[in-house]
Amino acid sequence: MKVYVKKALHSPAFLVWTILAVILILIPVFAPWIAPHDPIATDYSSSMIPGNAAYPFGTDQIGRCILSRLIWGGRTSLLIIFWVIAIIAVIGIFLGVLSGYMGGWIDMIITRLTDIVMAIPSTVFVIALVSVLGPGLHHTVMAMSLVGWTEYCRVSRALVLSVKENQYVQEARMGGLKEHQVIFRVILPNIVPYLLVNITQDIGAQLLTLSGLSLLGLSSQPPTPEWGFMLSEGRKFIQSAPWLIIYPGMVIVLHVVVFNLLGDSLRDILDPRYQKHKARRKELEKWQQEKVYN
Amino acid sequence: MEDKLLELEHVSKTFSGGKGKTVEAVKDVSFTVYKNESLGIVGESGCGKSTIARMITGLTAVSSGKILLEGNVISGLNRREQREVYRNIQMVFQDPYSAISPRMPVGTFLGEGLVHFGIMNRKEAEAEAGRLLEMVDLEPQLADRLPHQLSGGQLQRVVIARAISIHPRLVILDEATSALDVSVQKQILELLVRLQKEFHLTYLFIGHDLAVVRSITKQICVMKDGRIIEKVASASLLEKAGENYTKQLLSSVFSVRE
Repeated sequence: MKVYVKKALHSPAFLVWTILAVILILIPVFAPWIAPHDPIATDYSSSMIPGNAAYPFGTDQIGRCILSRLIWGGRTSLLIIFWVIAIIAVIGIFLGVLSGYMGGWIDMIITRLTDIVMAIPSTVFVIALVSVLGPGLHHTVMAMSLVGWTEYCRVSRALVLSVKENQYVQEARMGGLKEHQVIFRVILPNIVPYLLVNITQDIGAQLLTLSGLSLLGLSSQPPTPEWGFMLSEGRKFIQSAPWLIIYPGMVIVLHVVVFNLLGDSLRDILDPRYQKHKARRKELEKWQQEKVYN
Repeated sequence: MEDKLLELEHVSKTFSGGKGKTVEAVKDVSFTVYKNESLGIVGESGCGKSTIARMITGLTAVSSGKILLEGNVISGLNRREQREVYRNIQMVFQDPYSAISPRMPVGTFLGEGLVHFGIMNRKEAEAEAGRLLEMVDLEPQLADRLPHQLSGGQLQRVVIARAISIHPRLVILDEATSALDVSVQKQILELLVRLQKEFHLTYLFIGHDLAVVRSITKQICVMKDGRIIEKVASASLLEKAGENYTKQLLSSVFSVRE
């Protein structure tokens, strides 16, 4: 643990992306204090303003402040993402570790189940589910979780398979560890770093899925601010008031990029082999360049 | 005769190689390890000696025959029963680099056996880890390190210390020095000899180097193609070696050493 903290403090990339990610998370948390206006207050006298001192990002067709809606919208979007990832990570990792470690018929059943869920195009499946259940945040979380866990299950199963045949697992059994202790003390510490990277990078992916759903009007309902839904509303005015979709789009892209890069730098810290590989590649490139020059 | 510690009775192992083909790795092997009389098994690679070690520790199932520890059958156990056997039988593997979980500090690793067999609580085990490190001539401060921060020789000492920490009846050393370079090998052997005297350990020492095996055991079984072809006392190995193959092994050792 100490080793990673030290490495993290020495990695400028990781520090920058962490700070940015924390800021992005804190903005919606402190929305009531940061947002200049009420996100659902309508003001018809000042509708469709492209941006001025009072409304920095402009207003929409019924005069709501875009900036405030973006800040409050983070609450909806990030909360959904948080729940979805919490649910799918717990379920997926539990099933994946179980199937990888136990093997046999348990593994077969779980793997088949994963295959079945993955065979269905996920976005179509989510749209179908939400359409049947009816739009609403709970239903969105449920639908996204139903298809999302497979990735975690597959990844953690593969990681467990690669770890469990190691000699140190047998050695641990000789040290008197019971089966559940082998999983928690030996196998999980060796796969959690990789799963953490997965989780961080999944934030961006899930955000895109959610925005897609909202764009189709399948997640939050007006007047609740939500980024994808703001895109959906602004779409009608793309010619006359482009700021209605430019700013929400930029916010989504910003979040996706930051969390992806955070995952990237996290991998550099947690996976020593990957770093070694990168260093070797750099060395090789340098050598090749020198060869060209000489 | 002294007390019988470990007995192998007509043990065989057949691996299925797919398409109906089978490989007989171990064929009808019987031998006995007596208390305080370390036994060596030598033979070229692929002769089945490691398979024997894996069968004794339950890592590989026995195809036929049985293995007894002090009269109790220890082959074909389930995992819970197998755990009880590890209280009495410990094994040191060939490769020290893969013997410790890469994310477990050395000190924690050393305490595992003591804690999980209920000999100590975790706090006591932590203190004991320092003593164990000193026992194998390492500095107690190494307890906080992760395995990749130690050298191969240091790691093998740690693994040996862990195996001995719970005072097992039998320690199986499967090519325990083969992955190390020659000078380190010698130190580890000296350590093993010292520990053997200090704690009255019984080793089952498996190796391919007759000179090494001879220096640490009283009896030697020579294996070839899955069978034990000869059993000789280590001390009189030079004079009494009957089989041609044993002589070949001996001569190959000495031609390299000179």
